[in-house]
Amino acid sequence: MQRIGVFVCWCGSNIAATVDVQQVADELAKEPGVVYSTNYQYMCSQSGQQMIQEAIKEHHLTGIVICSCSPRMHEATFRKTAAAAGLNSYMVEIANIREQCSWIHKNKEEATEKAIILGRAAIAKVHLNAPLTAGESPVVKRALVIGGGIAGIQTALDIADAGFEVDIVEKKPTIGGKMAQIDKTFPTLDCAACILTPKMVDVAQNEKIHIYSYSEVESVKGFVGNFTATIKKKARYVKEDVCTGCGLCTEKCPMKKVPNEFNQMLDNRTAIYIPFAQAVPKVATIDPNACMMLKNGKCGVCSKVCTAGAIDYTQKDEYIEQQYGAIVVATGFNTIKLDNFDEFAYSQSPDVVTSLEFERLMNAAGPTGGTLLRPSDHTHPHTLVFVQCVGSRDISGCGKPYCSKICCMYTAKHAMLCREKYPDTEVYVFYIDVRTPGKNFDEFYRRAVEEYGVHYIKGMVGKVAPKDGKLMVQASDLLANDQLLIEADMVVLATAIEPDESARSIATMLTASMDTNDFFTEAHPKLRPVESPTAGIFLSGVCQGPKDIPETVSQASAAAAKVIGLLVKDKLTCNPCVAESNELMCNGCSACEKVCPYGAITYSDKEFRTPYRTTIMRRVASVNPAVCQGCGACTVACPSGAMDLKGFSTRQIMAEVDAICK
Amino acid sequence: MQVEETKEFKPTIVAFCCNWCSYAGADLSGTNRLNYPANVKIIRVPCSCRVNPMFILRAFQRGADGVILCGCHPGDCHYTTGNYYARRRMTLLFSMLDFLGIEKERTRVEWVSAAEGAKFAATMNDFVATITKLGENRRLEDIRCKKQ
Repeated sequence: MQRIGVFVCWCGSNIAATVDVQQVADELAKEPGVVYSTNYQYMCSQSGQQMIQEAIKEHHLTGIVICSCSPRMHEATFRKTAAAAGLNSYMVEIANIREQCSWIHKNKEEATEKAIILGRAAIAKVHLNAPLTAGESPVVKRALVIGGGIAGIQTALDIADAGFEVDIVEKKPTIGGKMAQIDKTFPTLDCAACILTPKMVDVAQNEKIHIYSYSEVESVKGFVGNFTATIKKKARYVKEDVCTGCGLCTEKCPMKKVPNEFNQMLDNRTAIYIPFAQAVPKVATIDPNACMMLKNGKCGVCSKVCTAGAIDYTQKDEYIEQQYGAIVVATGFNTIKLDNFDEFAYSQSPDVVTSLEFERLMNAAGPTGGTLLRPSDHTHPHTLVFVQCVGSRDISGCGKPYCSKICCMYTAKHAMLCREKYPDTEVYVFYIDVRTPGKNFDEFYRRAVEEYGVHYIKGMVGKVAPKDGKLMVQASDLLANDQLLIEADMVVLATAIEPDESARSIATMLTASMDTNDFFTEAHPKLRPVESPTAGIFLSGVCQGPKDIPETVSQASAAAAKVIGLLVKDKLTCNPCVAESNELMCNGCSACEKVCPYGAITYSDKEFRTPYRTTIMRRVASVNPAVCQGCGACTVACPSGAMDLKGFSTRQIMAEVDAICK
Repeated sequence: MQVEETKEFKPTIVAFCCNWCSYAGADLSGTNRLNYPANVKIIRVPCSCRVNPMFILRAFQRGADGVILCGCHPGDCHYTTGNYYARRRMTLLFSMLDFLGIEKERTRVEWVSAAEGAKFAATMNDFVATITKLGENRRLEDIRCKKQ
């Protein structure tokens, strides 16, 4: 029989106002096995914890029940308290009488009754608790960063600075991500390339960082401290270590009409290409869908002109297996497709562009060399209309329900740059709300309005109709209660951003959770913002939610700090609440193995004694406690009841059910 | 205040909640002070797939009037696939219980994420209302233990 102590917390008035804590303590004292029961204002405070420790020693308690807030809040605290008093930390059970009782019920009588029942269930469970010891597993001192945009770059640099090996896996031929495409950055208007490219060079030169460009993560197995990832290095048909990046092949390639992704398809590139001048690694890549040589074996110009002999048309996809202690997701974002927004005539007129396309049109390294020209006839536009919230804050289902966060600021930037470069232009911005929280952000927006004379109009654009080379923009001015018709030369759509299309498959691979918008979920929205709920997986940048560059960089560094905190450890304690197979009951049917998502169950032949003084060999299941994550799928699948989950055993849950239904 | 309130039927409801989503969702509804009836008692499980059909039978045997199982949304399981197993197992169990005379309204599987505190409270309010309307449950009996 256990000797159980019950500790009822008031949580100031959070619990005590709706639950009669004295009555709860008195009632629970009557339960079998309870030798000590008390209540106190703040059990989690130092004096509260001391009280628990003294009671454990004085009354020789073998198990304790804390009736307090959610175990998600303070379970770890009270486990440490118990351990400090010499009690196994898994002999602690929490009855959640705050979040799931006092805070949701108003009737004191009902709430007290419920608190007593929840306490009883916890007591019933702790009767069946067994001391558990957490095992240890080694930590591989290497990190994987998925995505090589500014988030991945910053995370990798910070981890490498601490002395750990980092691999960046980037699916594009170069790192740099979206930031490499951007012209200037708000609110300081310094050029994105000038601040990004030195970082890219740092990455390339850092001997602790290895870049797998034009590569994808194919599969991930394992658990925190010990992941095994398979990286698919796609064939680029150019030997990476031989290519000097001279660019001669890109000049001579006869296939010159391949849409250029880096310039948002606004111009063309060749079939063999280097995305942009500052690409890292600066290595050519052959587009297999465009190259004549790869498609029908006729051409071979690039291999003839390459003095280094780097071209290799026979190159195959390569698979690399590597072990990692931690994985950082930095998969970034894309702008949404505008198929659902016909009213803006994006598909009908080339002069209706997204903001990212506009960014390329303004960029000195862009298709127009930094001169703002209309894509349709290459003339200088005089009237520009910017439409904000295209697909953002859209609850109609056509777009995204969330705010994309960066659009208000970059639209102000675009408008300002337009007016600065071309004072003869008229710039209109249509908005629902202007949101400029951030250091120097509102000042920046006000400058656009006051100094640069950008016309900000509250209201949405209803329709854009191409007419005689112009764009007729129909819009409403909500503040003047007026309908407007603007004859514009260009329309720029502040398109909503969404997580990269690879995010969901990566989340599935990593068993990391996502929200309904496919953004990665953090372990705690406020207190653990850069960790995924899955141990060993960290989040960096827009994959977790819309962010601007400063926020992305700070989150990237925060994720790196968390990774470093993990990698400096030599060993990790594992969750001891894992499945366990009773070999005497197991009949080796493999039902458990089939449902295990981690491959933690293996079978082996073991010798068993029979009642007739002979021995037989039987196939039985055994669980690898370092791999098992403790979901319990096997416990239910097992037809003979041989599988059980420590800490959540069948008997424990049954005891809770009994206590609740009594 | 109505006088009859004291005589009112108060169902006993057991809710099995996944530690990673709906248990946190329940905490969130608490943090947001979203009320639901006190009849609902939550048992924390590591994953909805930990819920053995036996637990539900046991609850009905011990006098529960309704049992609800809450897990992560399909595709969002912390353990990748646990909620799919739970869904299949419960579909089978619930149809069998229905066959035995325990109305299918008394059993429910609901997906509630850690962010859906409001959904958790709404689900519980709805479930309690449904069970209250159905009235007291007939009790499953374990005849193995019955004295002849």
